This record gives sequence, C-alpha cells and structure tokens, in this order.
Amino acid sequence: MDENTIICRCSDVSLKEIRELIAQGYVTYDEIKRLTRIGMGPCQGKTCGQLVLREIANATGRSMSELQFHNIRPPVVGVKLHLIAEEAERNEE
Amino acid sequence: MRELELLIIGSGPAGLCAAISAAASGARVLILERSFAPGGQLIKQTHMFFGSERQYASHRGVDIAGILLKKLEEYGDRVELMCNATAVGFYEDNVVTVLKDEKEYFKIKAKSVICATGAYEKSLAFPNNDLPGIYGAGAVQTLMNVYGVKPGDRVLMVGAGNIGVIVSYQLLQAGVEVAAVLDAAPKIGAYLVHASKLARMGAPILCSHTVKEAIGTDCLEAAVVCRVDERFQPVPGTEQRFDVDVMCISVGLSPLNELLAMRGVEMKYVPQLSGSVPLRTENCETCIPGIYVAGDASGIEEASSAMAEGYLAGLCAAAALGHVPEDYEARRQEYLRQLEGLRSGPVGERIRAGMKLSAL
Repeated sequence: MDENTIICRCSDVSLKEIRELIAQGYVTYDEIKRLTRIGMGPCQGKTCGQLVLREIANATGRSMSELQFHNIRPPVVGVKLHLIAEEAERNEE
Repeated sequence: MRELELLIIGSGPAGLCAAISAAASGARVLILERSFAPGGQLIKQTHMFFGSERQYASHRGVDIAGILLKKLEEYGDRVELMCNATAVGFYEDNVVTVLKDEKEYFKIKAKSVICATGAYEKSLAFPNNDLPGIYGAGAVQTLMNVYGVKPGDRVLMVGAGNIGVIVSYQLLQAGVEVAAVLDAAPKIGAYLVHASKLARMGAPILCSHTVKEAIGTDCLEAAVVCRVDERFQPVPGTEQRFDVDVMCISVGLSPLNELLAMRGVEMKYVPQLSGSVPLRTENCETCIPGIYVAGDASGIEEASSAMAEGYLAGLCAAAALGHVPEDYEARRQEYLRQLEGLRSGPVGERIRAGMKLSAL
C-alpha cells in the first residue's frame, strides 16, 4: 500500500520510494531531495518535510531535533523570470 | 528601491497588533498581506473566542479582525497595508522581495522587520491520501467561510483538536453531514465547550482512532478507519468504513517562518512549539538585531497569545527605532504579564517548556 501513500504531492513521490531510499542508506533530507525532487515543488517542502524527517527518525533511531531539513532559499513561491529581470533592470537605471 | 522604517509581514492577529503597537509609538509601518484581505485566519473564525477580555474574548474572530483594523485606521498614513502582496525573499541587507498581484515584483528595504507569517497545516501519510476530496481542515474552513463554497455532503474529520472540532461544527452549520471525528490520541484535544457542542449535534468523536486508507477512483468515496493502541499502532480487526466524499486532515499546524530561516536567523526544532522556530528574546527579537517574530511563526499557540506577542514586538521594534513612548516599560511589562497569564496552568505547560528551549 506504501506506493499509494503520497509523501510529496508536488513531485508525486510515494512512501514506498522514500522508504526504499532510506533502506539504501540515504538518510538525510538533502540526499533524498536530490534523488526525488522532494521539497523543490510549489510547497517547498511544507507537505513532505516533517513526514520525511519522521521516516528518517524512525529508521535511524535519531530524534527529529537532530535531523536537518534543507536550506531554505528564496523565493518562497514561484515568480515569473521576466518579473525578476524587469526589477533587476529598474535597479540598474 | 523603497526604503522604510518598519515592515510587518502578515496581517493576522500578531501582525495587526504589532502594527497598532508600533504606530501608536510613532513608527511608520508597512504591512504586507499575501491574501486579498487583511486579518489572516481571524476572518474565517465565525465562533466566539474565549479567554481574557484583553484579547477580545466573547467576540467572533471575524469581528476581532474588524476591531483591530479600525484601531489601525486611527494612525492614518503612518500605516500602509498592502494586500495580495507576498514576501518571497528576505536577504542579508534586510531587503525583502515582494510579489504583488502575481504581476509586480519589487524590492523593499526596511530598518526593522516583524515576521508574523503564521502557520501551515501538517499533512498525514496514508494510502490514497492524494485523492480529490481530501483537504486540510483549515482549507475547508476557508472554502466555506471566506468563499461560501460547500465542500461536499458527508465528511470525515481526522483530528479532534480545536480546529478539527470547530470546523466540524461549522460544517454541520453549513448543512454538511459529519460522519465522525477521529483522533489518534486517547483524549479529545479540543476545549470541552467546542467538543460538547459537536456531541450535542450527534457527531461521534472516536478517540484512539486513525485513518487506515482512503478509497476512491477519481475522487474520495469512502474511508477506512481503525483503532490504535497506546503506541499508536493499528489494532487489526477494528476497521470501520465510512462512505464520505470529503475528508479533512486536522493533525496540527507548523510554524511558517521560512523567511527568517533564509535571512540567517538561528532556528531550532522544538516539538513543543510544533516545528522549527527562531530563537528569540523575551521581547520577540531574533538573534539578528531589528528582526522580530510574533504569533504562530514563533511557535503554535492561539490567537490570544499571537495578539499579545504582536503588541509586544511592535512596541519593542518601534522603541529600538527611536520611538520610545513614556510608558514603554509599563507597557512592556503588561504584555509580558498577559503572555505569562495565557501560558499559565497545565494547558500552557508544553508552551512554557517550548519557550525555554527557544529562548535567547
């Protein structure tokens, strides 16, 4: 049933995939992110973050507070590239 | 690039009170609100709040937003409120980038910033949890109370905390049948007043129960729930099926503070505060001078403490900018006393423990 349990709605990553990666030794959020794109969609990890960290904590016996989420970078929501380019041009003038 | 004195991100209870407090001291304030209307979660709270008179007990949340906005008007052009404006980035030199109406993008530089960005809903992992018809309870409350949209005909509520129970009651008021309210915990988390209202309407509250799976092809058709033991493990043979077209997930909130994290504010995972929170002083200032946090963004509590924290953060941020009212210390002590009162007793035990862990 784990394949139908969705952990990351943005990139459609299932609990099965997350558990398989953890079993292979990928026990940080960042590693799993690079392999599956979790945390890189519109929600920026707000759906999957704690679920994935909880899975890692359960599998490794470490506590949630010892585990690291990914580095948070701007922007927090999608921004069209032309808007960013236009603002950069305005600041050059 | 626009430069300003004090930027407040978020116009929920914390942000509005911070703005009132800072403007009363003489600071010039810009408030950014990502939604089309100010008030944050207050605008969808149709139930009466209780607690202390200072935090507008026995008013409906939606009316409290109105009261606060009216107060804010007293300060005239010292306060500017910008709606449909999302703060999308927060950089080292205190530059905040803003996306407005999804078609304007610009920079603002503020001497001081109060982050009052609130919280987001936690999700839950179970088979078929991505079927249409499965929502966060807060999302359903927004649909009903802000947009006037009925989410479905028969709902299963997962979570019997205050939000789960209050939203269940409001669903009943909207003519939606509540099949059951579940909670994995052995006891109802919500205040008894709210839970009994729901029980009187005939909605069953099942403690020590969780959702085992959702069923449906194109959208939610049913849900299977089961009992859990004291270690929250499913008990085989206790499955029950509910035919529902809506499921609401109400398993808690997490502080929304990614802007502070990207600014380089020191953060810490504090389970008692429901997630990663910024370390902060008694005055709500983070490890970076001039950057403050108030409300759920610094740990999940209630609207009442968000308001008191907002007043405190606004007062202290304005004072640090040189706007020190004569009664500064008396007011500061008063807000600290209010917060201590709101966090007192057995109910506040978790919060007090969390505050200790996030104290600077």
